[in-house]
Amino acid sequence: MVAPSVPQEYLGIFLLLIFSFLFGTLILFLGRYFRLNRPYRDKLIAYESGNEPTREPRMRFSVKFYLIAILFVVFDIEAIYLYPWAVTYDMLGVFALVEMLLFIFLLLVAFVYAWKKGVFQWEK
Amino acid sequence: MTVLTMLLHIVVLVVVVLLHVAYATYFERKIIGRMQVRMGPMRVGWHGLLQPIADGVKSFFKEDIIPERADQTLFRIAPVICLVAMMSSLAVLPFAEGWVLADIDIGLLFIFGMSALAAYGVVLAGWSSNSKYSFFGGMRSMAQVISYEIAMGLSLVGVMLMAGSLNLSEIVRAQGDSLFGMYLLPQCVGFFVFFIAMLAETNRVPFDLPEAETELVSGYSTEYSGMRYAMFFMAEYIGMLMMASIGTICFLGGWHGPFAVPFFPPFWFVLKVYLFMFAFIWIRATLPRYRYDQLMGLGWKLLIPLALANIVVTAGVKALIG
Repeated sequence: MVAPSVPQEYLGIFLLLIFSFLFGTLILFLGRYFRLNRPYRDKLIAYESGNEPTREPRMRFSVKFYLIAILFVVFDIEAIYLYPWAVTYDMLGVFALVEMLLFIFLLLVAFVYAWKKGVFQWEK
Repeated sequence: MTVLTMLLHIVVLVVVVLLHVAYATYFERKIIGRMQVRMGPMRVGWHGLLQPIADGVKSFFKEDIIPERADQTLFRIAPVICLVAMMSSLAVLPFAEGWVLADIDIGLLFIFGMSALAAYGVVLAGWSSNSKYSFFGGMRSMAQVISYEIAMGLSLVGVMLMAGSLNLSEIVRAQGDSLFGMYLLPQCVGFFVFFIAMLAETNRVPFDLPEAETELVSGYSTEYSGMRYAMFFMAEYIGMLMMASIGTICFLGGWHGPFAVPFFPPFWFVLKVYLFMFAFIWIRATLPRYRYDQLMGLGWKLLIPLALANIVVTAGVKALIG
């Protein structure tokens, strides 16, 4: 038995989205009338152990983060390819298995290449 | 279901989950207290039972400090993004047969999508705070969450292969006729990968590097205070509940149990979720923190290859048997 995916089911998600958004914003909005508000300069500077912040906080960061982001896109698309394959595996048979082995093998080649290039090595 | 009954369901669901979140913090403090030979909260109410309520009221009345150099708009909406993303993924969780708000066929995919959206809230909070600690906390959290999201997504493909569906209720029903009514044994490798990835996804010890207080103060939430901080906190605990539920649904057989409990169908589901929650807390009381390079190395060099091997073996075995 497969549950029917009528739009009505998605209405629940939509309503929950709206509800949680209203919940979050209303609590913050109503809180304005109850909470303290006494800002002064020392309170409003960014935390740096009580000192005046030195330099811009948004400084340059390691290029590794970009590499991880690019690899994420590659592997996430792979995972998305695997989902429909896994769900319909029963109907597709051995052909699908061979196809997917090829796909995973090709991906492994790229994975090993990235590994050898030291992408996963955070420190030299 | 009409819109009105749906709204009623939503209100009940949200209230139950928020109470759960409040008391999860109580259990955490109590259990960790006991493990460290302390009493934990004792003052507010009998054995500190009203402590979570007191904490909630307190954070509601606390001043909401917004640093003057922060990006005002983004700083204000980042906690809301986190909370909305986490809360809306509750819609697809089946607590018992038919106890689900939206029984959609792409349930698992929806949950992944929403947990990826919650990462936006974290990284926006880190960036908009305009503070070094927040910035690095946000960057680290982002890289960690997306790395372990892949491992987690791949570890569940084995479950999808065996169940043949992404619908969470279907996955639970499909487990009914396997060994012990759960996929834990045939998918033990998948469960291993899932469990570690689950800890990293929810930023829990030993992978709580985004908020490593000894080096980053409090990570992305350093500049937050009052209710906005409480929202990150709620989002984090709803995330824990979510991951525990997915683990229960995909590996431990969901609401199935040795015998049916007549008046409260989700009994076994709740019990298994609490088992996971206890494991979360137990690990927090036991293990030290990982180093960042070790964390990324573990995710990419061990968990992802292991999850891929698990997929190949599961598919192979299935082709041999079926």
